[in-house]
Amino acid sequence: MSAMANPFPQTTATWSLPDRGKVAMAGLIIAESAIFTIFVVAYLFYVGKSLTGPTPREVLETPIFYSICLLSSSLTIHFAAKSLARDRVGAFLGLWALTIVLGGTFMYGTAQEWHRLIYEHGLTISTNLFGTTYYSLVGLHAFHVTAGLLMLLIVAIFALVGRVGVRQSRRVEVLSMYWHFVDVVWVVVFTVVYVLGR
Amino acid sequence: MSSNAITIPGVQIDERPWVDTLHEWVTTVDHKRLGVLYILYALLFLVVAGGEALIIRIQLMFPHNQFVSPQVFNRLFTMHGTTMVFFMGMPILFGFANYLVPLMIGARDMAFPRLNAFSFWLSALGGFLLYFSLVGANGLYGAGNAPDVGWWAYAPLTARAFSPGHSTDYWTLALLVSGFGSIGTAINIIATILCMRCPGMKLNRMPLLAWLNLVMAGMVLLAVSPLTAAQMMLLIDRYLGGHFFDTQAGGSAVLWMHFFWIFGHPEVYILIIPCFAFMSEIIPVFSRKPIFGYPVMVAATVSIGFVSMSVWAHHMFTVGMNSYANSFFTITTMAVGVPTGIKIFNWLGTMWGGRIQFKTPMLFSIAFLFQFLIAGLTGVMLASAAFASQLSLSYFVVAHFHYTLVGGVIVAVFAAIYYWYPKITGRMLNETLGKWHFWLFLIGFHLTFDLMHIPGLLGMPRRIYTYEPGRGWDTLNLLISIGAFIQAIAILLFVANLLISYFKGAQAGNDPWDAWTLEWSTSSPPPAYNFASIPVVASRRPLWDLKHPEDPDSQYE
Repeated sequence: MSAMANPFPQTTATWSLPDRGKVAMAGLIIAESAIFTIFVVAYLFYVGKSLTGPTPREVLETPIFYSICLLSSSLTIHFAAKSLARDRVGAFLGLWALTIVLGGTFMYGTAQEWHRLIYEHGLTISTNLFGTTYYSLVGLHAFHVTAGLLMLLIVAIFALVGRVGVRQSRRVEVLSMYWHFVDVVWVVVFTVVYVLGR
Repeated sequence: MSSNAITIPGVQIDERPWVDTLHEWVTTVDHKRLGVLYILYALLFLVVAGGEALIIRIQLMFPHNQFVSPQVFNRLFTMHGTTMVFFMGMPILFGFANYLVPLMIGARDMAFPRLNAFSFWLSALGGFLLYFSLVGANGLYGAGNAPDVGWWAYAPLTARAFSPGHSTDYWTLALLVSGFGSIGTAINIIATILCMRCPGMKLNRMPLLAWLNLVMAGMVLLAVSPLTAAQMMLLIDRYLGGHFFDTQAGGSAVLWMHFFWIFGHPEVYILIIPCFAFMSEIIPVFSRKPIFGYPVMVAATVSIGFVSMSVWAHHMFTVGMNSYANSFFTITTMAVGVPTGIKIFNWLGTMWGGRIQFKTPMLFSIAFLFQFLIAGLTGVMLASAAFASQLSLSYFVVAHFHYTLVGGVIVAVFAAIYYWYPKITGRMLNETLGKWHFWLFLIGFHLTFDLMHIPGLLGMPRRIYTYEPGRGWDTLNLLISIGAFIQAIAILLFVANLLISYFKGAQAGNDPWDAWTLEWSTSSPPPAYNFASIPVVASRRPLWDLKHPEDPDSQYE
């Protein structure tokens, strides 16, 4: 059966398909959004239902500076990926490092806030419903920021040893999609926890 | 034939030590091998969970029967339900998606082969964890071994106070881990279908199996993730002292119900949509006609996907929601019957005027149509909040969902196995044994599940370990149990057929059914690289075009 080798007539049509990395990241973002939605619903459902204190109004302080840090890191990673696509590796590395610093600052802010809540106000995950939902939701987000920072660091290490060039720009864009997602989630978490929930 | 020279290396096992073969299978990233692993793993759990069902049926055969204790009975129905949904239903359908989607869209593998292997082994670990509870769950308390909280695991039954020991933890971890595996596979299926299609395979030329699996994978992303989130909350409650579902601290047990069923109802569509996919491939081939209403089928599937996301609380009509919620979920649940009905008419339209060949895959497909229709009709009955309030938690509900999952999913999976076994192994399944399997299973199924509606209507609640004589349930329960054993014999015949035909079955050749989709253009079993050269397609039925160059489909598109 010679037809087995090539049973279909070759045509020279243009054939382009979406990038699988981006499609997969979009899929992951959809799944993660569903997970966050459930935690956000639980948070909103339990607002004001704690039987004991402390309440959000008593202990929460709006982390405006750290939120600005995280949100501006979306801009820096965007321009970092753009620089890489134009093969400007130096600019990429600088902006990439800035992204890591901004993300790290945000995590420092979260750590400080948790430290204050635990040691000054005695609020832990088992104190009341506010504690349970607050630490779960903010913690789930912080976990995603941490995972993102680790991935950013790995790319930074590869870039420092000269292994990241314009050929990797699509992969870097996939990572940048994830980072944007983490930022968007923070906008939602911020609104729910620090604006609506107080 | 040159095609005989192309076989996957694992088939020639006699030439190499078995350790090498085993090593190859364990470390494989080939979508076909992972598909086969998924299917074998699921069939193993089908037998295990089927055995649990048989023990349940022996216990319920006679009133005041003492075959198992009430505690063991609780564990049995929990393990039966959890296993069948998470470790039989989903894996076997993922297995077929894995095996068939790349072949049907003319790709050499999935988009992410290593993610694929990772997802499979996560699912496998989940099943292992669930059954490891039999050994490991005693913990310090000596309380419980297998999970006994039911497959919904309603709060507050899962709280530390009511589920001491670790059996519920194993249940939670098993579902969490296999859930991550499911999400990984779903992402992989979506990326494969959107990004790996061969030239010419536009979305509107994709086989319906690929389309329906795309919808299924999208639903997995949206439905399994809430379950994952809920399991995280349960773990926080059990290990960190959280209060999500702790009513003593103001938590809500009803919230768990919502979270569980936001997953739970789309889940049944995740299970049935791939079965619709099998029907949409098998019925046209054995009716010798192209599928009737291809665009409508796609649209109906997508709308089932959308609507089924907003029907979950019909599982909660007796919880005490307000009348607006009851009306909303009644209406959406009835609405989901419309696209499903469209599909049934399309399959009938495909068969209408066709030259139907009653081979075993087609017999199972026809049984699927009838049984799924009846399952859908009792579903529409239960969609009415007033009716469901009467029959909630009765054997009527048990009969309804077993009708969809056994009469629908399992029967469709049998059809798929009879249809694609020649492609996977290179051998035909024995037709005589196949017909015995079909008729015995059909008789057993209808004896069990047709009759099961009646004790439900007579008020028999589900999950009771025994019952009083003289309520009109006795004879019915005996007959239901006999039917279960007839089904078990049919399954044994099926397993025998799988084994015998693997060694002694007739050679299948590339295309035993004279079919039209791309998987039949390559050898059986396909080589590791699937296609020597990537095919280029010009219509929905590329092999028809190839076999009938004088009248190709592409002329009419």
